[in-house]
Amino acid sequence: MKDHYDIVVVGAGPAGMAAATVAAEHGVGVLLLDEQPVAGGQIYRDVGRQTLDDRNILGPDYYEGRELVSALQASGAEHVTGATVWQLSPQREIGVSKDGIARLLSADQVILATGAQERPFPVPGWTLAGVMTAGGAQVLLKSAALAEPDAVFAGTGPLLYLVANQYVKAGIPIRAILDTTPRANRLRALPHLPAALMSMGALLKGRRWMAELRAAGIPFIKHVEDLKLLGTDALSGVEYRRRDRWRRLDTTRIFLHQGIVPNVNLAMAAGCAHRWSDAQLCWHAVTDAWAETDVPGIAIAGDGAGIDGAIAAECLGRIAAYGALQRCARLDARERDRLAAPQRRTLSEERRIRPFLDAMFRPSRRFRLPEDDATIVCRCEEVPAARVVESVALGCVGPNQLKAFSRCGMGPCQGRLCGLTISEMIARQRGVPVAEVGALRLRPPVKPLMLAELAALATAPESIPGRD
Amino acid sequence: MGAALAFGLQRRGLSTLMLDEGDIAFRAARGNFGLVWVQGKGVDFPPYAHWTWTSAQSWSDLNAEIEEITGEDIGYRRPGGAEVCIDAGELETTRAEMQRLQSHAPHFEYQMLDRKALSELLPGLGPEVAGGCYSPADGHVNPLLLLRGLHQCLTAKGGRIETGSRVIAIQQRGSAFAVDTTGKRHHGARLVLAAGLGTRELAAMIGLDIPLRPERGQILVTERLRPFLSLPLARIRQTVEGSVQLGASNEDAGLDEGTRVSVMNRIAARAVRVFPHLERARVVRAWGALRIMTPDSYPIYAQSQRHPGAFAAVCHSGVTLAAAHVLHLAAGIAEGALPEALSPMNTRRFGYA
Amino acid sequence: MRRIPRDDAPQVRMEFEGQALLAYTGDTVAAALLAGNHWNFRTTPVSGAIRGPFCMMGVCFDCLVEIDGVANRQACMIEVREGMRVKRQLGASDIGADLFTDGEQETPP
Repeated sequence: MKDHYDIVVVGAGPAGMAAATVAAEHGVGVLLLDEQPVAGGQIYRDVGRQTLDDRNILGPDYYEGRELVSALQASGAEHVTGATVWQLSPQREIGVSKDGIARLLSADQVILATGAQERPFPVPGWTLAGVMTAGGAQVLLKSAALAEPDAVFAGTGPLLYLVANQYVKAGIPIRAILDTTPRANRLRALPHLPAALMSMGALLKGRRWMAELRAAGIPFIKHVEDLKLLGTDALSGVEYRRRDRWRRLDTTRIFLHQGIVPNVNLAMAAGCAHRWSDAQLCWHAVTDAWAETDVPGIAIAGDGAGIDGAIAAECLGRIAAYGALQRCARLDARERDRLAAPQRRTLSEERRIRPFLDAMFRPSRRFRLPEDDATIVCRCEEVPAARVVESVALGCVGPNQLKAFSRCGMGPCQGRLCGLTISEMIARQRGVPVAEVGALRLRPPVKPLMLAELAALATAPESIPGRD
Repeated sequence: MGAALAFGLQRRGLSTLMLDEGDIAFRAARGNFGLVWVQGKGVDFPPYAHWTWTSAQSWSDLNAEIEEITGEDIGYRRPGGAEVCIDAGELETTRAEMQRLQSHAPHFEYQMLDRKALSELLPGLGPEVAGGCYSPADGHVNPLLLLRGLHQCLTAKGGRIETGSRVIAIQQRGSAFAVDTTGKRHHGARLVLAAGLGTRELAAMIGLDIPLRPERGQILVTERLRPFLSLPLARIRQTVEGSVQLGASNEDAGLDEGTRVSVMNRIAARAVRVFPHLERARVVRAWGALRIMTPDSYPIYAQSQRHPGAFAAVCHSGVTLAAAHVLHLAAGIAEGALPEALSPMNTRRFGYA
Repeated sequence: MRRIPRDDAPQVRMEFEGQALLAYTGDTVAAALLAGNHWNFRTTPVSGAIRGPFCMMGVCFDCLVEIDGVANRQACMIEVREGMRVKRQLGASDIGADLFTDGEQETPP
């Protein structure tokens, strides 16, 4: 790695791969940093080295990611794997850690493409061993060809049905699907249906998934209104309620999912402004037409800015790269606009279905705001909902005071799994909008870093020994 | 500071309203290291050394009172504390400082220790340490629990807290003060300004000039570790939960964001020199704390001549001085005049009233 | 967990809690443990509660295990290597723990 690059891209999912490829093709010095050992991000995880015999399992959408990986390799962009970015300053000084060595480098332009993570699902017992996310199940399938027979799938959202579908295609039995999509969502989604119908292909795909799940004979329980995960040391069963009746399923494995949300930690720690999206119930980066944030030289592309899906992420990655190239004076504005135009067309098409999906699979309040006092809100510090409520009653107006009073957000995940929950809980208790409550103030290091690495860090760029 | 004085006044029977800015306020209080520290304080300024001593000696009373009212342990312990000196130069400077301190504060006990003696006190002490200074007078507390505890005590005694209130104007109306926030007007017979860095602007509204500047310090916090350090050190402290706090003391200066990594590097480098086994500890969070710095670093306690009944108080050792503030300073404010012992810490020492 | 048919991958011999564990190149440590039906990865330093992997993508920090003597490593972010020795992470990281004598006489190692 050199000390300085024209453009640094963080994250090798579709947005990051596309951005880095474009930048390299235009001859600038570009570095792509990613934590994983190979490119692909989460959605195209391991697509470049996928070895499953039956390609129908993961489906054609997944394998399309190979084109991005090939294009990246062909472009000659420098791609450093196993690299954790723990700092991004507003002046674009980047702290990276690889193989136990931390170093600093700088860039004229940074494109963050850190993608998305799963929305927290704070129900009683969600911290028990044996409870995982549907996304986690999909990672195991993609990266290790592993699947868990007879698990329960619970939640709502396209990814839940997709993974269940992939299990069916792989011949893996599913114990049951507990669908928490609220009844009221159909009506809520109706106004967005006309626009969604323009993306008929995507709608039909969803319907096919549902049909295949039904055809596989999997117990599919709809409109589940409440969930409790049971067990002492490990999961032993799940209780679910629908229409005032509680029922129980014995199971030791459950995959939860209620949508994905942007991974905002690095962007927020860099000082990029975010606004609350009520449509997606998460924080969206405030960006302009070129994906640039209010911090000059820092752009955010892909699901890291707001959830739009993989194809949209690719387009936005390229748009961000064209914008960065123009700011680096490698493209004039006209060339930039011309190159971006087809990307913008595809982006618009991809975004058409989004309001419908957001409304249709909007998680209910009960599953975002735990009502049971004992439900753990902060997994790392094991802070129950009661403590959050008590702290707000004591006068905490926002998540940062709440952190000081309750320890929520002080663990290694740095609020990734509790941040949204606490902002929404505080807003509800105070009776104010989430936008007013705000988010946890994040600072580097955004991922844990060993003291030995920090101690050995050469802070003057000239004194960093050359490393490749 | 504000919470301590508010509680101090309320517990003396004065109905007290504390106006508090909001979620991103509490910055200084939240950034405090948590030391209840005597050694090295006021080495060349006896009134501050004495005030610190007074506070340290009454801290267990404050702790007992907080625990009695809230039922919670805020983590106050007084096992003594140590300053670790990594080279002969630091050791000599510390020795000289302690001698000067003891010359006007003979009750202050300390022991200079060479590396071998210090390592018996601090298992795991690194080989590249020159020695240090131990004082039985030092201790520590969980600063966040202290803050929360003071809030709880204030309200338990009948005091009120209004959060999300930014003060925009202050006037004296007859013998009372009218304080305007963005939404409301409040009246009080006494006014106490203890708003950290914001005190300067507020104090100007009542004709008090309080010279302040922010000085950024940094704290690194590690993942929870099994207990290995029972004594607080000036720059390293293991909390009850097991995480280790690492601070930069007075070394850092400036507000420039660009210096942050260099500060983290300095803190980390020193920490692993003091305790080499910490090399494998992970830093899980870091934050910058804005210290409230007066021109000579000592507190300012001021009362307005033009507007009697109005007071301003700022310091950067709000945790150490919490007991003095709750139990002694509040008494003076309640009676309408600052204790005589604090007059060397008013603003006249800077050449203006 | 069941392995879905795929191209042959080189085997990796490793250990979990002193017992032999068979894995394959490209597996993360978390995948290898799950494949061996081990879902209990650690006990928390806060309460001693049992935790296992949750997100599989490095954001939840629940899959922490001790790998080759180093505590608190995210199992889902590290690929297996021949001879790797993995143990459950029991409570807080134990660096420096042998230094804390708790009043007892410490015998030299």
